[in-house]
Amino acid sequence: MITSMSSHPFKILLVVVALAAIAVITPGTNSFVILLVTRALAFSILVMSVDILLGYTGLASLGQAAYLAVGAYATAILATRYHIGLGWDFWLVLLFGAALGAALAAIFGFLAIRATGVYFLMITLALGQCVWGLAYRWNSLTGGDNGINLRDRPKFGIDLANEVTFFYVVFGVFVVSLLAMYTLVRSPFGRSLAGIRERELRMKILGYNTWLHKYIAFIIAGAFGGLSGVLWAHTAGIVSPVNVELPTSVDALLMVVLGGSGTLVGGVIGSFIVFGLREYLSTLVPWWQYVLGVVYVATILYLPTGLMGIPERLRQWRARTGNRGEARKLASATP
Amino acid sequence: MNWNFWLIQTFNGISYGALLFLVGSGLSLIFGVMRIVNLSHGSYFLLGGYVALSVIWTTGSWLLAIPVAAIAIGAVGLVMERVFLRPLGFDPLRQVLLTVGFAFLFQQAALDLWSGNNFDINPPDVLSQSIAVGGVYLPLYRVFMIATAAAIGIALWLAMEKTRMGAAVRATVDDAEMARGVGIDTSRISMLIFALGAFLAALGGVIGGAFLGIYPGLDFEMLPLAFAVVIIGGMGSLGGAAIGALAVGLADNFGKALILAIKPTGLFGRE
Repeated sequence: MITSMSSHPFKILLVVVALAAIAVITPGTNSFVILLVTRALAFSILVMSVDILLGYTGLASLGQAAYLAVGAYATAILATRYHIGLGWDFWLVLLFGAALGAALAAIFGFLAIRATGVYFLMITLALGQCVWGLAYRWNSLTGGDNGINLRDRPKFGIDLANEVTFFYVVFGVFVVSLLAMYTLVRSPFGRSLAGIRERELRMKILGYNTWLHKYIAFIIAGAFGGLSGVLWAHTAGIVSPVNVELPTSVDALLMVVLGGSGTLVGGVIGSFIVFGLREYLSTLVPWWQYVLGVVYVATILYLPTGLMGIPERLRQWRARTGNRGEARKLASATP
Repeated sequence: MNWNFWLIQTFNGISYGALLFLVGSGLSLIFGVMRIVNLSHGSYFLLGGYVALSVIWTTGSWLLAIPVAAIAIGAVGLVMERVFLRPLGFDPLRQVLLTVGFAFLFQQAALDLWSGNNFDINPPDVLSQSIAVGGVYLPLYRVFMIATAAAIGIALWLAMEKTRMGAAVRATVDDAEMARGVGIDTSRISMLIFALGAFLAALGGVIGGAFLGIYPGLDFEMLPLAFAVVIIGGMGSLGGAAIGALAVGLADNFGKALILAIKPTGLFGRE
């Protein structure tokens, strides 16, 4: 697999234009669309963190919802019990959520990083379920099945209850996260992660501490998951065990695969498509979930490199048919 | 707190373990043979229960519902393996995601076909009684669960250890490449094992439906338990699945019982 999101200025320009378009167009639409885009952006941070693991390190995690959940639950508990994070200290909670996600990942990483392939998948799944169990059963703290309702959004000079203002805050955090993760994967550290993905044994022989590399990548992904959770709590207005369920982890993973793993922005595209399908279709037809299921199954069967892989596949296909044309010409020229 | 209390808890734990064995053994075998983490295994459990309900509603026969549901879902598993999983080749991530995609599809289909209500599968009156053993009253249905799981476990074990087919399956678990090398048709074995796993999970759904109930969301509740069984017992091993199932079943019951005995308001409850 070729490392994606090349430094090609054209591609970067495309991403910048797309982001600018989102920032300009969204506020002018109705509140349904604004909320939809805000949701997709908040969740995209988690999706990109999954891509750091899956696309750049080669670790398929089925438990990333756990990090979103600690961020979200921390936000909700601090806000409803202690009135923390409803003023300017919202930014502190944002950092606290990320730190909490990182701390949880640091604990879970010890158990999970040793395993590879399918076993890594199973362990992260089991660990995610542990967090789910806590959220579901620890009634006095998490509100159990009902979850916690967040009545107010933060207010500090600007009022985040205003959906456009809130959209811009989420958009800002999203862009900063994207930049941070892009810098990370382009850094020497990110390069050695890609090396581990391609051939871990060779990296070991070259003298890299691959365990530590993977462990750090896992912690970084956890931090962004926690960050995403803080935003998610305020976006959705409710935090419940649904946020920790296996389907949430799977969603994030599928969005990465749908958009194209190892591209960062691919996951964002996947997230917009899935959220769009889910929210729009569910208002139109009752069988929307079949559409989503078919999209997933079809992507896995026919588009293993995701949507971002389409141009590359087209190029290959064109090159192949082009070659065949050349060959035919040659064949006809030499009787 | 007396002996009877602990005796009944042990008995309940074992019977719950019997149910978990039915779900976990299939998952374990599928993993062992195909290296596939089958996340639609919980769906087979749930669908088995629903199909059984339909059979009971139309024919009124609980005894007929068991084989019909198990065979129907076994067939679903067979088709899924042949049509969708086989063409993927060996790619764990894509296989796992595919099984999840199907789990979502099954979930929605179940919701459409059987509505979102809670149902109970009522076993015949004969099994609803209790029997007295040494002064302790045991529900006959739980005895029946243990007996069924034991019978299936022994049958599976005999098939694995004593038949040619079983030897081929064990060879595939140990080293699929070598097995192919000596002429074992591992593709056919994968198909059969996947169908068998679905069959067993559905059987668990019918039998467990009597005391767990059948409701939307049960699929993703059973899945982690089945995984716990497989992880504790070791993948691809029948004996491991049996031990794992007992461990999880007993832990579940004793965990609850211990909390009840020590702190009746729950771990984090307020006095």
